[in-house]
Amino acid sequence: MKTLVIADHDNGILKPETSKTINAAVKLGNAIDVLVLGENISEMANQVASINGVATVLVADNAIYGHQLAENTADLVLSLAGDYSHIVASATTTGKNFMPRVAALLDVAQISEIIDVVDAETFKRPIYAGNAIATVKSLDSKKVITVRASSFDLQTEQAAATVSALDSTFDNHLSQFVSVEQTESERPELTAAEVVISGGRGMQNGENFALLNGIADKLGAAIGASRAAVDAGFVANDMQVGQTGKIVAPNLYIAVGISGAIQHLAGMKDSKVIVAINKDPDAPIFQVADYGLVADLFEVLPQLENAL
Amino acid sequence: MKVLVPIKRVIDYNVKARVKSDNSDVDLTNVKMAMNPFCEIAIEEAIRLKEAGTVTEVIAVTIGAKAAQEQLRTALALGADKAIHIETDEKLESLHIAKLLAKVVEKEAPELVILGKQSIDSDNNQTGQMLAALTNRGQGTFASKLDIDNAMVKVTREVDGGLQTVELKLPAVVTTDLRLNEPRYASLPNIMKAKRKPLEVIAADSLGVDLAPRTQLVSVSEPVKRSGGIIVDDVAQLVEKLKTEAKVI
Ligand SMILES: Cc1cc2nc3c(=O)[nH]c(=O)nc-3n(C[C@H](O)[C@H](O)[C@H](O)COP(=O)(O)OP(=O)(O)OC[C@H]3O[C@@H](n4cnc5c(N)ncnc54)[C@H](O)[C@@H]3O)c2cc1C
Repeated sequence: MKTLVIADHDNGILKPETSKTINAAVKLGNAIDVLVLGENISEMANQVASINGVATVLVADNAIYGHQLAENTADLVLSLAGDYSHIVASATTTGKNFMPRVAALLDVAQISEIIDVVDAETFKRPIYAGNAIATVKSLDSKKVITVRASSFDLQTEQAAATVSALDSTFDNHLSQFVSVEQTESERPELTAAEVVISGGRGMQNGENFALLNGIADKLGAAIGASRAAVDAGFVANDMQVGQTGKIVAPNLYIAVGISGAIQHLAGMKDSKVIVAINKDPDAPIFQVADYGLVADLFEVLPQLENAL
Repeated sequence: MKVLVPIKRVIDYNVKARVKSDNSDVDLTNVKMAMNPFCEIAIEEAIRLKEAGTVTEVIAVTIGAKAAQEQLRTALALGADKAIHIETDEKLESLHIAKLLAKVVEKEAPELVILGKQSIDSDNNQTGQMLAALTNRGQGTFASKLDIDNAMVKVTREVDGGLQTVELKLPAVVTTDLRLNEPRYASLPNIMKAKRKPLEVIAADSLGVDLAPRTQLVSVSEPVKRSGGIIVDDVAQLVEKLKTEAKVI
């Protein structure tokens, strides 16, 4: 019984989700190999090798994996699958893209976005926008699992494990990479930040999101948004927090001008401390907030920046 | 060009799901049901492609109990040309659904299948990718833009770091994200017209797919409740509380 974890990275920068996913994989009780695929990834492979619990790092360094296209990735994982009882990846947009393909090709179910490992075949996962937690047992001989990283801790470090190169390549020509529009930001990543401040429709426009910048600078925070703010074009799509966006669980989450729809709560209600700033005292966000401030955001955001 | 749009009947997105007192599942008795919002976006995209002249036929398909025909009628009212109901009272999993859909794809040979990226009940985000794998098609998941040109479809995808564009050979599978379009409402005359559009019913167990369960639902529980918070008077008190009580800044 061995577990294969597929590392997640963005353009060669290892994502913290990988370490947290390995943390979940450790709970399965098997030896863990990690597959790192991409282009020019040797440095990242070494980083993975020193994550505690990793036995071997398998490296597929080839231009055809450069953009981690689902079709090629799934075929590569499939070629390795024979040796493993569990195949595990983070529930990032990369993992969500190729993992169900792997599951279908193996003719097994996928257990999506687990938040807890009960035993090697039983897992907890949120359903219905996190309004219920299902305990699910896999009846398949091989388990294909994606992990909600925000529910697991970072792994500690270890002396580097063995790194071995794979040279088999899979290029099925079903899809081709065209381009990427990377959101540039100096701020920490939403899913990794200790503090997140998010704006909603109440921000009124994209320019007003600047009101969050000074506060985010002082707190070292990432900036997020509600769906309404993204749909209205105030900010980029990758800032959406919620059931169908990013799931965050920082130490401090500050919701500004966000009403608190169930879909938004699904993405942030596991934060340690929640602050809500909203002018409507009946806004549902106050039901999950530890500290609520009923006020006009345009008045209090500058005050908050000054007070920090 | 033919487009197949698989849709799902789910709890209405405004309704908060409740767990049954015996913890066996979520309680859906007398709960308002609707078409999964991502499926509405999929139908809308197919209809827009038809209006643009790129597509000639839009087929909606659902798998589930008889009641799901209501959502097929909605799809027809929105502009789908015909509907297929794969009827079953079993609670099927994504893999089963993908296998049944693969049978429909085999029969109807659509150049494009457009599905929602996830259903808001099981929150799995799997079916489209599985269908793509089983039919050996390329996949464009979490789409915020589609361009069809010359036996290719260009898909802009909402990814964690921004937007990624890929080009797929047709036939292909696309799953929708929220920004792909804003679905229309069905007009009353179209709702009336939909009643006369063809709706074919096929028994799920007649399609030769193994529907034996692959997972077992052990239990369903309420999530941990957050303990109640307080309303602060002003920014000064908020900052004070965050520093000395919560100790997070
Ligand atoms: C399939 C589906 C998936 C979805 N996924 C997500 C998701 O992942 N994430 C998500 O966030 N949503 C999601 N939604 C949308 C969700 O249902 C809500 O529509 C959305 O979260 C509302 O965003 P909002 O709170 O910013 O806007 P609103 O609900 O319009 O709230 C704006 C708030 O701002 C307050 N306000 C206005 N002006 C001021 C001011 N000057 N000062 C202080 N407060 C002010 C108002 O009192 C109000 O409470 C999804 C919906 C569907 C159907």
